[in-house]
Amino acid sequence: MSTKILMPAMSPSMKTGSLTKWLVKVGDTVNSGDIIAEIETDKAGMEVESMYDGVLSQILVSEGTEDVEIKTPIAIIELDSETVSEPIAVLDTEELKGKLFTNKVKPVKKVAANKKVIKKSLPDDNQFSVREALRDAMAEEMRLDKDVFVIGEEVAEYQGAYKVTQGLLDEFGKDRVIDTPITENGFAGISIGASFAGLKPIVEFMTFNFALQAMDHIINSAAKTLYMGGGQINSQIVFRGPNGAAARVGAQHSQDFSAWFSHIPGLIVIAPYTANDSKGLLKAAIRNPNPVIFLENEILYNDKGVVDITDQDIIEIGKANIVKTGDDITIISFSICMKLAIEASEILSNEGIDVEIIDLRTLKPLDKDTIINSVKKTNKCIVVEQGWSQSGVASEISAILMEEAFDYLDGPVCRVSGKDVPMPYAENLEKLALPTVEDILNAVKKII
Amino acid sequence: MLNSKKKSKKINKIHLTNSDEVSAYTEMLKIRRFEEKAGQLYGMGKIGGFCHLYIGQEAVVVGLQMSIEKGDQLITTYRDHGHMIACGMDPKGVMAELFGKSDGYSKGKGGSMHMFSKEMNFYGGHGIVGASVPLGTGLAFANKYRKNDRVALTYFGDGAANQGQVYESFNMAKLWNLPCIYIIENNRYAMGTSIQRSSAQSDLSQRGISFGIEGEQVDGMDISAVVEAGKRIVDRTRNGGGPYILEMLTYRYRGHSMSDPAQYRTRDEVNEVRDHSDPIESVKNRILKKKILSEVALKDIDSVIKKQILDAAVFAENSPLPEEVELWNDVYVK
Repeated sequence: MSTKILMPAMSPSMKTGSLTKWLVKVGDTVNSGDIIAEIETDKAGMEVESMYDGVLSQILVSEGTEDVEIKTPIAIIELDSETVSEPIAVLDTEELKGKLFTNKVKPVKKVAANKKVIKKSLPDDNQFSVREALRDAMAEEMRLDKDVFVIGEEVAEYQGAYKVTQGLLDEFGKDRVIDTPITENGFAGISIGASFAGLKPIVEFMTFNFALQAMDHIINSAAKTLYMGGGQINSQIVFRGPNGAAARVGAQHSQDFSAWFSHIPGLIVIAPYTANDSKGLLKAAIRNPNPVIFLENEILYNDKGVVDITDQDIIEIGKANIVKTGDDITIISFSICMKLAIEASEILSNEGIDVEIIDLRTLKPLDKDTIINSVKKTNKCIVVEQGWSQSGVASEISAILMEEAFDYLDGPVCRVSGKDVPMPYAENLEKLALPTVEDILNAVKKII
Repeated sequence: MLNSKKKSKKINKIHLTNSDEVSAYTEMLKIRRFEEKAGQLYGMGKIGGFCHLYIGQEAVVVGLQMSIEKGDQLITTYRDHGHMIACGMDPKGVMAELFGKSDGYSKGKGGSMHMFSKEMNFYGGHGIVGASVPLGTGLAFANKYRKNDRVALTYFGDGAANQGQVYESFNMAKLWNLPCIYIIENNRYAMGTSIQRSSAQSDLSQRGISFGIEGEQVDGMDISAVVEAGKRIVDRTRNGGGPYILEMLTYRYRGHSMSDPAQYRTRDEVNEVRDHSDPIESVKNRILKKKILSEVALKDIDSVIKKQILDAAVFAENSPLPEEVELWNDVYVK
């Protein structure tokens, strides 16, 4: 009896990986626990262990293959007779996933001892992932200004917990790409202190969930000191990292803080969707003399798009983007929920409803003009966000429209938000907790 | 002797020069008179909100200012009036800020706890207990990043010493060998809770041990002891010695803030310190004993200071309220 070895899922958000090396060849005997291959995921280089005893009879995916989807069979093992009865061999792939998580993380190879500029991978079509766009933004700004540095957990030697800072250590060295202990309040405070003295830190939170530990310094030290000092001391600092729901990581690691930070005077809050906006806005954030909260999204990191922002370019903070013009209804969103807005708009278009889609990009300061002008035209509005509805970004926009565009509204402004519960772990419940295309379509039907 | 059971382990008192004695006396007295006036004006309703007076602790900041060089930075908590005056900020601007007037250091928008002077390398004035510690460590980080030889003096109190962020900062300061001197002004009470009731290890100078940060207790009521330790440790840190803890054993005569009746301690306890360990009185006695200046000359100094502080109060009173447009300024750098 034989069994297939599948491309393992090594992280909750991993969809594909590269098979970098086979450590066994056809005909080799493998035992359970033997390392048989090396793969590269979106986050790290990993080793794949065999869970079976037997003989490798076939390699299905050759060494060097990129973008291998998880659960794709990569090899076949002819099992030893006594393992046939082992239940694991006959479990389906979904159940296998949990087991495969046990694979060990292998430290990423050091690239080169000598400093070198991150190679510009210039694909013909200028397509970059959001992850690359963010990294390139930091690298370009660090080349332009020696006061800019990156600090956070695993940003240097590990190359970034989500690989966003990959390669920065090699080019800029350990004085400018700084690993910290797991002490968010401490290193946020230290970075803000350094910004008071004129440096320009980029502080990476491994995820924004951990920024809660540092909330006092972000709000009380970074956001307010300029005002409390009558304009004497500013804090030119960027706090960046993934925000919002990840995948199947439960309540403490899956939440959207857009509204929290948007509430605070003194902070600028940015939440981009596309790769180009990620790059242009991060560059603008690094150059901005104020504290900027830069909310990325883990699930968007691999999304590719055309990036035409180069060294000197930035995208202006505080400007929303009209992604698609339309006459019948305005759908406003930002970050990952833009996916839902776009998908809903396509469905509605088939039903003859012409949607105008606005990507806010910056949440504070909010681009009120673009919002109001759009609603003056369409007279209807839906706001989609992943965060909880109470006191949310959608609530704010809804209030602005009530106050400043009341006479133009043909119906209530509808909020499509995350459900008012901590994020559940179970796959079905997690889906229910998050806003969906269906939710948008239902909202549209309510007001059209 | 204050905190006699735990007095400075290294009693290397140095003799201040005659001119140092006089300037120590003058600077400490300036803070004392400023604070007395601030207390009085608070009672008259001229100063609002929280107002934490530094009376009794003057030797700490004055002694340390005598130990550093121009360009070294300092940062502290909300008991900050003394630090501002000692680092050379104009009492007029400080008083105007206490009044919430437009000529204050923060244009009236900061108040007692939130004043800054980039010119004097004074980075605040922070209202959150413990917050000055990572921020000051960050100033030291900037010095190391820029490879200059500046030292950051990071002040906090015995209450803040129990905050978690202090230890996060200690760890990184030692890990990165930052030029940061942690000055714990141990005035024995965290608001109303005595150090014995709040701190499992009450020798705060030893709080860095698990990070490999050395420290010592210093008699913070004796300016010569403060200057001795200050110069030695500033020199050590400036020359790459990394972080260090100076626990200054001191005492505040007034309550935690103006609104604190201080019923957690006896009047006798306060009088005991005031009568036997007052930092200004001891310098004054030395000046007289060494015949550096006469009693009359010292009185003259006091008169000049009192006039200066009165001028500051008049200046503050006459300074206009901030214009309403100020409400919207300085939220962001435009």
